[in-house]
Amino acid sequence: MAGAAPYNDERAREIIKSHLGLEGPALPILHAFMEEFGHVPDAAVKEMAEALNVSRAEMHGVVTFYHDFHREPHGRHTLKICRAESCQSMGVEKLANDFLAKLKLKWGETTPDGALTVEAAYCLGLCAHSPSALIDDEPVGCIDMETLDGIVAEAKS
Amino acid sequence: MTKIYVPLDMAAVAMGADRLVAAIEKEAASRGETVQIVRNGSRGMLWLEPLVEVETASGRVGYGPVRVKDVAALFDAGFLSGGAHPLSIGKVDDHPWMRRQNRITFARVGVIDPLSIAEYETHGGGAGLARALQLGPAATIEEVTKSGLRGRGGAGFPTGIKWKTVADAPADRRYVVVNADEGDSGTFADRMLMEGDPLSLIEGMIICGYAINGSKGYVYLRSEYPQAAIVFQGAIDAARQAGWLGDNVRGSGFKFDIELRIGAGAYVCGEETSLLESLEGKRGIVRAKPPLPAHEGLFGKPTVVNNVLSMGTVPMILEKGAQHYADLGVGRSRGTMPLQIAGNVKYGGLFETDFGIPLGDIVNDIAGGTRSGRPVRAVQVGGPLGAYLPVSLFDLPIDYEAFAAKDSLIGHGGLVVFDDTVDMAWMARFGMEFCAIESCGKCTPCRIGSTRGVETIDKIRRGENVAANIELLKDLCHTMKFGSLCALGGFAPYPVESALRHFPEDFRKPALEAAE
Repeated sequence: MAGAAPYNDERAREIIKSHLGLEGPALPILHAFMEEFGHVPDAAVKEMAEALNVSRAEMHGVVTFYHDFHREPHGRHTLKICRAESCQSMGVEKLANDFLAKLKLKWGETTPDGALTVEAAYCLGLCAHSPSALIDDEPVGCIDMETLDGIVAEAKS
Repeated sequence: MTKIYVPLDMAAVAMGADRLVAAIEKEAASRGETVQIVRNGSRGMLWLEPLVEVETASGRVGYGPVRVKDVAALFDAGFLSGGAHPLSIGKVDDHPWMRRQNRITFARVGVIDPLSIAEYETHGGGAGLARALQLGPAATIEEVTKSGLRGRGGAGFPTGIKWKTVADAPADRRYVVVNADEGDSGTFADRMLMEGDPLSLIEGMIICGYAINGSKGYVYLRSEYPQAAIVFQGAIDAARQAGWLGDNVRGSGFKFDIELRIGAGAYVCGEETSLLESLEGKRGIVRAKPPLPAHEGLFGKPTVVNNVLSMGTVPMILEKGAQHYADLGVGRSRGTMPLQIAGNVKYGGLFETDFGIPLGDIVNDIAGGTRSGRPVRAVQVGGPLGAYLPVSLFDLPIDYEAFAAKDSLIGHGGLVVFDDTVDMAWMARFGMEFCAIESCGKCTPCRIGSTRGVETIDKIRRGENVAANIELLKDLCHTMKFGSLCALGGFAPYPVESALRHFPEDFRKPALEAAE
């Protein structure tokens, strides 16, 4: 689950330092940033580029390549709804569109109160229980509108 | 004290297994019963999850799917001694779904406590490694080659030949990398193995490291599998503590260690060269081949990149001998394939069987048809890059070559079933859209072609110049197939072309679209 600590350079440097013993430490560091700060701001990219001896452009390229790393903080909770083929076979496209319309959101957007970000996922490996979703790191199988409404209510509470 | 099994498998958890454990513990305490709850992997009968098993004198009796509200009634029915209840499925090993399988890769999954080295060894774990250490590296590779094991990730490349190439490549360091970036929709076998029998994957990696003279292994796991990450890390820790990993593997003097790395939501990182770039900390951009990863892989060193299932099967092959495995299957598809049955099916789950079983038997018989109760219309085999097959091809056997002859692929063995409400033009569009979202951007056919593909299918669906646009789409598919650098752009046309070929009527109904 994404963290919510305010970003500071000193803590970022500590995180980077603790990973420098690894081969190819960039992804583990970025995951650690997400866990601590909930996003990867420009300042963190700069610190990483310096520590790993690559250009800021290169580091920026890495951060923005991967769906999991965000430049801005997301909502307090993240709901990932799977829209891959298996979930499509059980009607997720209509369910997700109705759900997003109800919340007045598009994929990747956050509710105005900052409670919930809704993202599309492409397979959660729960394909015998389609359609499925992940709320933070908790899997939910055979979702319907009632399940999704419950998730929203819980996220807002 | 009664032993109760409640799976920790992510699919079971998604259906409430964690809440169920709490409810069983609470109910047992209030009734003064002492129970020991073991979190096992899933047996693969996923429609029964959470499947609760109770150890009785006559074997393990199953109940499922169990919800929290059923717990009190189960206690009332005496389930602790296997008592009768509407949710009872009888002895789990006698269930028809289990009896019809030939479980090799998944023999221990659902049976043992995945984190117990002792239980792993009781069920044959460790015997493969012991035999490898006895045979020596060259003979170990020979054994894997003779078994006929082919990469289960999709490409079907012979595993032993890959290992030999790496072993023969001159280098000061060699790596073992396991591709656990199982991103194909309808597949979950990697996840189930890593959650249900992670030690078999660890043992396979140790054997591989020993065979190729490498001392470091990486598992690259997709971030969509948080439960697999927790269980597998627990297994690494247990293996290290038991002396399976470290400076002196099982007292052999061989040094080997494993590190778990988590991906970051990029589907293309399931492509092996892109995965290596990602492990190195770069963007997951596909590399041009040659050089093959076997010659210049991770950090430029010779690297074995194997799928979870291939690597997890290696210990069994060493334990039982190459011939035992090679005797199963058909043609050049030797051994067993863990099939994953998914989508709109009554009985979804993992079904491991010898190669050669016809597609229709799996869909109609084993999967029991659709969950919606409507007629089956299409089955997509092999994930988002696999073809859509119509019912008229249901006699096709599960065999790499037979599928290739019909312009389709087995891939990772996932089957997604659709009923007759599916709009195949929409699914074709989705295939192109997915490719556009996940393209790494390095080669033009994939990066641009997929976007143009979406636009062209949109035009067809709107009824604009349908015949001309279908020709254009076919031409585009041809370009992507033969001009893309890797399997993402190269195989994305398979679902599109197969939809066009087998379901042409779905591309010619503009009146319906206009009415929406």
